[in-house]
Amino acid sequence: MAILTYREALNRAMVEEMEKDLSIYLMGEEVGHYQGAYKVSQGMLDKFGEERVIDTPISENGFAGIGVGSAMVGLRPIIEFMTWNFSLVAIDQIINSAAKMNYMSGGQFPMPIVFRGAGGAGGRLGAQHSQAFESWYAHCPGLKVVCPATPKDAYGLLKSSIRDNNPTIFIESEVLYGSKGEVPEQEFTIPLGLGEIKRKGTDITLVTWSRALGFAEEAAGILEKEGISVEIVDLRSLRPLDENLIYESVKKTNRAVVVEEGWPVAGFGAQIAYLIQKNAFSYLDHPVERVTQMDVPMSYAANLERLSLPNATRVADTIREMLQ
Amino acid sequence: MVFSIPKDSQSVSELKEFYRQMVLIRKFEEAAAKAYSVGKIGGFLHLYIGQEAVGVGSIAALTPKDYIVSTYRDHGHALARGLNPKPLMAELFGKGTGISKGNGGSMHFFDRNAHFMGGHGIVGGHISLAAGIAFASKYKKEDSVTICFFGEGAANIGSFHEGLNLAAIWKLPVVFICENNHYAMGTPEYRALAVKDVSVRAYAYDMARDHIEGDEVRKVKDHVQVAVERARRGEGPTLIEVSTYRFRGHSMSDPAKYRTKEELEAYKKKDPLMRARHELELGGIKTEELDKMDLEIQSQIDEAYQYAETSPEPPLSQLHKYVYAEDK
Repeated sequence: MAILTYREALNRAMVEEMEKDLSIYLMGEEVGHYQGAYKVSQGMLDKFGEERVIDTPISENGFAGIGVGSAMVGLRPIIEFMTWNFSLVAIDQIINSAAKMNYMSGGQFPMPIVFRGAGGAGGRLGAQHSQAFESWYAHCPGLKVVCPATPKDAYGLLKSSIRDNNPTIFIESEVLYGSKGEVPEQEFTIPLGLGEIKRKGTDITLVTWSRALGFAEEAAGILEKEGISVEIVDLRSLRPLDENLIYESVKKTNRAVVVEEGWPVAGFGAQIAYLIQKNAFSYLDHPVERVTQMDVPMSYAANLERLSLPNATRVADTIREMLQ
Repeated sequence: MVFSIPKDSQSVSELKEFYRQMVLIRKFEEAAAKAYSVGKIGGFLHLYIGQEAVGVGSIAALTPKDYIVSTYRDHGHALARGLNPKPLMAELFGKGTGISKGNGGSMHFFDRNAHFMGGHGIVGGHISLAAGIAFASKYKKEDSVTICFFGEGAANIGSFHEGLNLAAIWKLPVVFICENNHYAMGTPEYRALAVKDVSVRAYAYDMARDHIEGDEVRKVKDHVQVAVERARRGEGPTLIEVSTYRFRGHSMSDPAKYRTKEELEAYKKKDPLMRARHELELGGIKTEELDKMDLEIQSQIDEAYQYAETSPEPPLSQLHKYVYAEDK
């Protein structure tokens, strides 16, 4: 078992897939000569050349559209957004073109494209560079939305995303790029739509994904010392969603809290809370709670950024209240 | 008006074929307008009437391996590509036999086999898709060329700039054809374009350019042909502006009160169908033969109308189908 960083795991997944399939290419700002703004594509230009690792000008709408057009005729693009914040100028291509192409053509144009890049809140990057977009994209049918939290999941899920014939929104956590974890040396994939119990417990179910898994695990560690046993469900992908994994856990613990990095209003956690009350109502001993980012744009000030983001303390406090 | 008389049998038969296609488009759309007015067609219906020579002339410059990317005003382009009017009309009627199985409607005709890469409803968004299809041709080392139609209104959206710039720096085999009908919905070009000649924007991208009048179908073909061959030789994209006019409003819901009757009448005198018909007569084709052709096309359209009307709606089980593609 190798120890890889999250970024190395992503790199390995792309390299392995591109070695096998000439129709896959990587395109984005600084992916080539600069070796990737976050170094996820390090070394790939040398390996695959400028025809397959393609630097673009600052033109997100343009190169997202190029990706979609090329996917219509059989290529399998990986489009890197330097950060998901910049994807908003390409959102027309993602929603109106990529997500709907197969449907509005009556099944004539599958869309094997991966949009990937850094998401979430960074270290004091301020309002325009610190936000989580998975709820925005998960809102839209036709897209798949993947949010890995560990190097192993990043590797296995990116490979599945590249092989999928649908447009995949692959959101990497900016703060996790340097995090390390075990990744089996033998090739493997993780199916989209398969969550994982990251920690077994009996008192409460904590549903989460991506960076918020860290807050969840830290909180579970704190609570364990107080005799509270937390089960952590890492969804890994929001579309498709592993609903049964959530319900099975809730049936055992009778309580659930959703921990997410994004804003609360119309956030994905609201959908999960709805699904749990709809499909596991009779097992619930307490309303489903949520821990989210505060309902404000991100401040630059260090203390306000800390206050805005979800953290282990808030998660632990919420769980204690639910168990009183 | 100076008429260009077809002098040999080859140019007569070419013009005859162009005339046939233009009449087909005109009659298809007149039938569609009728169906819309009695509620058989819903949504938006943007007609191409008046602009037929642009689509017919441009698409005649292509081979079957080339690609076409169209706008929300896509009926004319689809028919010029040779698509059967039956599934096109059925699509307008929202029937399961439609070209996009009823999921697309007027703005979203698609035919993968014919390399007809869609009508697209977000103005200008499809310009970079066309660049992407051309990118794929280059990537796969195939010599297909993509042509992309859009209106002068689309020339003001960011996607136009990004698509043209990327196509130019990567020398993609694509021809951008701006069908300037002088109105973006109800906004005349003088209120929307800082520089009225859209084609000069090509200079900003070090791109070849052309500007033609869109009432003479063979001229459109000849000019587009030059750009297509340039693209096929790997010498990069061209921006062509074709000046044209739509005789109807922006869509069926637009009475077009923003323009004068005199203006419309002046343009109707330059109707590309009338011009082609007159030139064919000057070239020796008898009026009776052209009338007969018109009647045959009318019955073809009547059949398409009948087909659309009697086709079943898509099965309800189709609602969730096609949201996601089948696995690889």
